[in-house]
Amino acid sequence: MRKMIFTLLGVGALLGTSYAAQANSVLILEGYQAQAQMDDPAFREFSAERGQEFFSQNHTGGKPQTPSCTTCHTADPSGAGQTRAGKTIAPLAISKTPDRYSDFEKVEKWFRRNCTSVLGRTCSAREKGDFITFMKTR
Amino acid sequence: MLKVKALLWGGVFMMSQFSVAMADERYRPIDNPVVEKECGSCHMAFQPQMMPKRSWEKIMDGLDDHFGEDASLSADVSQEIRDYLVANAADAGWWSGKFMRGIKEGDAPMRITEMPYWVREHRKEVPARAWDDPKVKTKANCQACHRDAKRGYYDDD
Repeated sequence: MRKMIFTLLGVGALLGTSYAAQANSVLILEGYQAQAQMDDPAFREFSAERGQEFFSQNHTGGKPQTPSCTTCHTADPSGAGQTRAGKTIAPLAISKTPDRYSDFEKVEKWFRRNCTSVLGRTCSAREKGDFITFMKTR
Repeated sequence: MLKVKALLWGGVFMMSQFSVAMADERYRPIDNPVVEKECGSCHMAFQPQMMPKRSWEKIMDGLDDHFGEDASLSADVSQEIRDYLVANAADAGWWSGKFMRGIKEGDAPMRITEMPYWVREHRKEVPARAWDDPKVKTKANCQACHRDAKRGYYDDD
């Protein structure tokens, strides 16, 4: 009986954590949505297809070592990536890493760094929103 | 008199600790969670005892282009990390750590693998083909061979 209660508590805690992570990622997306609309009043909604294209394509303007997101994250977002220094990167797909987009500062930090490395500029709110929207489908 | 005696014994004890510390390759594991997290995202967070203060200052001054990567941080996080690295650098203690051996005054290597002590320790023991192993990928990947490197244990060679 006691074991069962602990198991239930454990499952509850896990569900709670993943629910909180999802709620946070929704908030982050809403923030990007508002920003994207300010940038362009004609903007309607994020697109997983645009996110996928952005993720897969080779960009110019960034550092030669990192032409694409896939350089480090590989072409499959549900698989692990590898940094240039050999460290494993947790999958970008929300199905594999549920808390991936739940900490706004962390999300912003990595977009800032990686957009600079890959594109040589910061990413727009639309690009970030498309990106996360794509990762939610994976 | 008692005090003098205690001091002397303290000195003897410290010297014995010193010689023990010289004999093996152990470094204090990083005990600052911010340093551990931020420096350990893309590579293992290297123990600050492996480079002098001036090297860490240079590293922290150039995070925008950190070996070809944008590793920039917010100002407060950056300052906390800088303080920790400098306070625990190879030349931060009463006497210099072994990583200061052979380094010219004023030289500030940006890579631990360019420290004379590191070079000396790896030159004879590690054959060239070991570095070419795809699992190693880079000399910065201490853990490829030193499995407990993160905990500061490098004696497994």
